[in-house]
Order: sequence, then structure tokens, then C-alpha cells
Amino acid sequence: MSSTPWWADQDVWRKTAIWVTSLMLVALIMLTFDTVKQITAGSERVPAYSVINHRIYYRVDTERNLPAPVIGAEAPLFGVVLSEPEAAALVDKGKLTVQAKNCMNCHTLLGNGAYYAPDLTKAWLDQGWGAEAVREQLMLNFLMDPESNARGYGTNRKMPDMGLTEDEARGIIAFLKWMSAIDTNGFPRNFKPIKQEGE
Amino acid sequence: MAHAVDTTFPDTIPRGKLNTRDLNAGQRLAVKYFSVAMLLFIAQILFGLLAGLQYLWPDFLYNKLDFNVNRMVHINAMIIWMLYGFIGSIYWLVEDEAGTELVGAKLGNLAFWVLTAAVTVVVAVFLLVQTGPGEHQSIWLINEGREYIEAPRWADFGIVAVVLVFFYNTAATFMKGRWSGISGVLVLDLIALAGLYLAGMFYSSNISMDQHWWWWVIHLWVEATWEVLVGCIMAWGLIKTLGARRKIVTTWLYIEVALMFGSGILGLGHHYFWIGTPEYWLSIGGFFSALEPIPLVAMVVHAVYDSGVHRFKNSNHPALAWLIAHAFGNFFGAGVWGFMHTLPQINLYTHGTQWTASHGHLAFFGAYATINIAMFYIAIQKWRGGVFMGSGIPHAWRWKWALALLNIGVLGMTMALLISGYEQSFVERALHGSTWAGYFEAQRSDWFVQGMVWRQIFGYVTAAGLVLLVWDLITIGKGETRPAEEPTATTVINSNETLQPSSA
Repeated sequence: MSSTPWWADQDVWRKTAIWVTSLMLVALIMLTFDTVKQITAGSERVPAYSVINHRIYYRVDTERNLPAPVIGAEAPLFGVVLSEPEAAALVDKGKLTVQAKNCMNCHTLLGNGAYYAPDLTKAWLDQGWGAEAVREQLMLNFLMDPESNARGYGTNRKMPDMGLTEDEARGIIAFLKWMSAIDTNGFPRNFKPIKQEGE
Repeated sequence: MAHAVDTTFPDTIPRGKLNTRDLNAGQRLAVKYFSVAMLLFIAQILFGLLAGLQYLWPDFLYNKLDFNVNRMVHINAMIIWMLYGFIGSIYWLVEDEAGTELVGAKLGNLAFWVLTAAVTVVVAVFLLVQTGPGEHQSIWLINEGREYIEAPRWADFGIVAVVLVFFYNTAATFMKGRWSGISGVLVLDLIALAGLYLAGMFYSSNISMDQHWWWWVIHLWVEATWEVLVGCIMAWGLIKTLGARRKIVTTWLYIEVALMFGSGILGLGHHYFWIGTPEYWLSIGGFFSALEPIPLVAMVVHAVYDSGVHRFKNSNHPALAWLIAHAFGNFFGAGVWGFMHTLPQINLYTHGTQWTASHGHLAFFGAYATINIAMFYIAIQKWRGGVFMGSGIPHAWRWKWALALLNIGVLGMTMALLISGYEQSFVERALHGSTWAGYFEAQRSDWFVQGMVWRQIFGYVTAAGLVLLVWDLITIGKGETRPAEEPTATTVINSNETLQPSSA
């Protein structure tokens, strides 16, 4: 139609749609290459699995103005220093268990999941475990028998018995410790970690 | 050749009772998809009510049908019924839009039964087996444990195979018949939609990597390709119910695609704020996701303007009402509620709280449930032989009350969850340092609990609306002998657009 102004022209908008979509796709693909590199385990933001051999602290990074993870002195999980492949296998066991037991439909991990139970992003560093010295054992007891060791803080909400084996529970704890060392740009806001040796 | 809308309701068909024989092959397949979609919609609401009750009474079904199972079925039934609705909608319109018979109808029919059998097995395993040991076999056979795409890996391959058949049916039919702006966008969008599912089909022990690709499926479906898909259905729906001009709806569709993909593709970045991904996503995600409501405004303007131009004269009152509900629901649910917490400065407090649940309820309902329901009404009208569904139909209160109760119910749940979400953000994040103790302090605070009580009450309202909707869809047009009003006049007089044969 000759009277149609250019900005209402079907053809103009078809071409615009194609160009805009293509441009955005190219931008996304380029960003994806960089992002994948930065979140590969062993990078600065997402640590190697052997980080579970160390203490993990959060200190305010003044340049970024947010609390960032700091890898501290050696503090091996369950008292055993693991090689990188051994640590990776243990964390992998934990991650597989977290998926197979459908944890994400009660909890959030990195803030994603369901909201019926607490976020697990920094569960390893939570003050609820009381003292650093008893943390691992308390976590193990809780995971193996959540009903008797319920931690509902007066809400009557308690984790069901997921029938975890000890290997699976240890794997989950390793996974949680490793996850707590991921640099999440300050999420969750205002997190107050458990007091650990060296602080 | 003007686009033939007047073949929809031929006079020779007996009216007032279900008449599958006179549907075309695509439509016969569509009504099967729609029927299963409704069953899954009922399952979604049922398991949502159970999960909601567990917030109020944590001991309810404890260690039998735990929250994680109910919630998984709740969200999976939703995703799958909406996909069934979309696939059905495309099968419904494909022959009409292509001007030829469905290619590969038998294969399409087989794919429907395969998919439905697979969905039945998956749901049965979710309910009866629930979880497995921490081994790969659990992910392959029982439950993948990743929100929204929990279906085990074997089912993923089934889904991909079925989607490929669906894609073949659709693309081959358009190739054999004719192409239009709507079908062009639709076919390209289906390629993206099917391809993106592959991004969710691998395992990684690295949770950041896992969630990075997981969002490619979830976000680029829900906030990009699904939106464009419903844009196509909406464009076709407005032509069908209102007789809107094809040229106008197609131009709007292109505008929406440009705006949707222009904002939504990099809007993916708002999921990359806190999962270990680099800091530049805070700026990119914040900026582009803040633009995401714009195409949704365009959709509202487009739907309301077209309806106004046609003075709301339409062939199917319930369908048009649901199309308008879609335009507003999409804008408020996906647009406004998404925008409210999409900026990283706000999202830092709200991410992973009931804010997200509030947004999720209104967005999925407003953007996707509504338009599927509109298509159900378009389908039932023809399935009953092209009956009159204008003003003054018998028992019109049923569809009107179903519309009202479903919308009030979901809006009520949304507001209740928002209040709980505010409370959670303040108490857990701002006051108590995001610890487990802080989480539970928020969960037991009075206003949070009140929000959960009201969410449950509005859940019942939603369920009542659904019961009425089912009743209405089963009974509407029964015994009606008047023919449907044809929205053809405006289209034929005004449309000077020709549809291109694919050989051209």
C-alpha cells in the first residue's frame, strides 16, 4: 500500500526482526564462549574441586564492594587431603545425589529451585552448625537421619528421610563445601558465615 | 486470493454435538492434545494445592508424598500441559494456514500416543518411585532433579523424537501448501524451541555450568521462543475470532519478534547475576531484561486495538475474552512482575524467595494458560459443528465465572505470594544475613504465614474456576443449532494480501 509510512511497513519490520534476532544471537554466542571459560571448574570464579581441602572465608572485596570467597589454609574435609581427581569424584557423587534425590524441589541452589527449605548456596558456612569443629559430623548426622535431627527452627518443617547412604551424604557435604566457594557476586545478600579458625 | 476464513464452519455439518469426523486431520490430532492438556492442567492444580497445604501443615503427607514430589508434579504437569496446548494449537491451525492437508498425519498420530504413554510413565515413576540413589541411572530412569526439566533422560530422547515429528508435520505441510508471515515465524521459532531443549540434556558436576545451560532451556523457552509462539497463535486467533486484517497482525507479529528477541535473548543475563557467572551479566542482564516488558505492551496494544476496531464483534466470545486475558496477563505477569525484581540491585534481595513464586504464578498463567484456553474454546466451537458462541448462549455464566474465578484465583495467589516474598526478603536477607536461622525466622513471621494462608484460599478459588472451565468446555454448544457468526466481512473486504504458494 503506497500510503503506508515506512515505520508501519510489513517488510521493514520483517527485516528488522531478522537483523535484531541475528545480532542478539551473535552477541549471546560470543558472551557464552567467555562465560563458559570463566565458570569452568578451576577458574577464578568457580574453584577446582580440591578447594574442599581448604578453609573457605568470605571477605569484603573493597574494589568490587561485595563479600568474595577467599581460599584459606588447608582444612581437609573429613580429615583427609584429596587429590584433584578424588575431590572431583566426591563432589560429583554429591551433585548426582542432589539431583537423584530431587533436592531442588524443596531447596534453592545458587538461589534456583523451590522455596520450601533454605538456600544451599552457602549451607557449608551457615552459622546454624554452631562451631567449626562439629560441623562435618552434624551435617552427616542430619543428612543420614533428618527427622531425628530436624532443624526447622520452630516451623515444624523437616526434611524427609531421603534414604541416603553414608557415601552419598559425604558426597553432598563435599558438594556443599565446594559450592560455597563459588563467587556469586555477593549472593545471598548480607550473608553472615560461621566463625572459622584464622578469622 | 484472499485468505479463506470462511471454510471454518460449513453449513453441511450437523451442529450441537461432537463431530470429530468433520474436523481436518490436524484438528483431529489437536483435540487429542487438548484433551490430555486439560487432564494435566487438573493435575497441576491438584498437586499445587497439596504443596500449598504443606506450607501450612508440614506434617501433611510427610515421608509419603513430600513437598518435593508434589511441587515437581505441579510444575512439570504445567510445562507439559502448556506444550500439549501449543502443539495442539499448531496442529489446529496448520491446515487452515497452509491451505492444504496435514502431511504425515499417521506419524503425527503415532507420536501423540508415544508422547502420552511416555508422560504417563514419567508421572507414575515420579509418584511411585520418586527418587533414586546418587547414580547416573537415577537421572536416566527416575528423575533428573533439575527444576522444570525433571523428566528422566530416556524421556528427553522421546520428547525430542516427538517434537521432530511435530516439526516435520508442520514444516512439510507449509511447504506443500503455502507460506504466510505467521507460518514463517512459527517454523523458525519451532526450530529454536526444539534445538534449545538439547541444552538441558547433559549432566555436569559443576553447578554453575549446569545452571548456565539449564537457563538456555528455561529462559530461552519461556521468555523468548514460547512468547513468539503465542504471538503466532494470537495473530491467527485474532484473524479467526475478530476477522482482523492479516496484513496488520503480521506486521505486529514482526514488531513483536524484533522486540521480543531484541530484549529477551540477552535478557537471559538476569539469570546470570548470582550463579558464578561473570559480573558483566549484571549490566547486560539488567539492561536487556528491563526492556522485556516492551513487546508485551505491544501485544496488549495490538489485541485491544484490533478488538476496538472490530467493536468487539467476534465469532467466539469465550475465546476472545481469553485472548484479551492473555494480552493483559502476559503484560502484567511476565512484564510487570518480572520487571519488578529484574534489576540486580533488587534481585540480590529477592532472588530465591517467594517473589519468584509470585512472578511465576502470574506469568505462566497470564502468558500461556490463557491463550491455550482460548484455543480450547476455538476448538470446541468447531468440534461441535461450528456452533454459535456469541452473546446470549445458554449457560454463559459458566464460561464467564470460570474466566473470573481463574483470573481472580491466580491474581490472589500472586498478591499473597508477593506479600510473603516481601516479608522473606526483608527478614531473611536484609535483617538476618541470609542464614538458615534467618530463613526460618522469615518463614514463621506472621505476615509470611498470612500470605501462605491467602495463597491457599486463592488456590481453592483457582481450582473452582478450573472445575467450572472443564464443565463448560464439556457442555458449551451442546444442542446448539445456530451456526457460528463468521468474522469474514472485514477480512475479505480489507485484505489485499495474497498468500504465497510455496513453489513461488
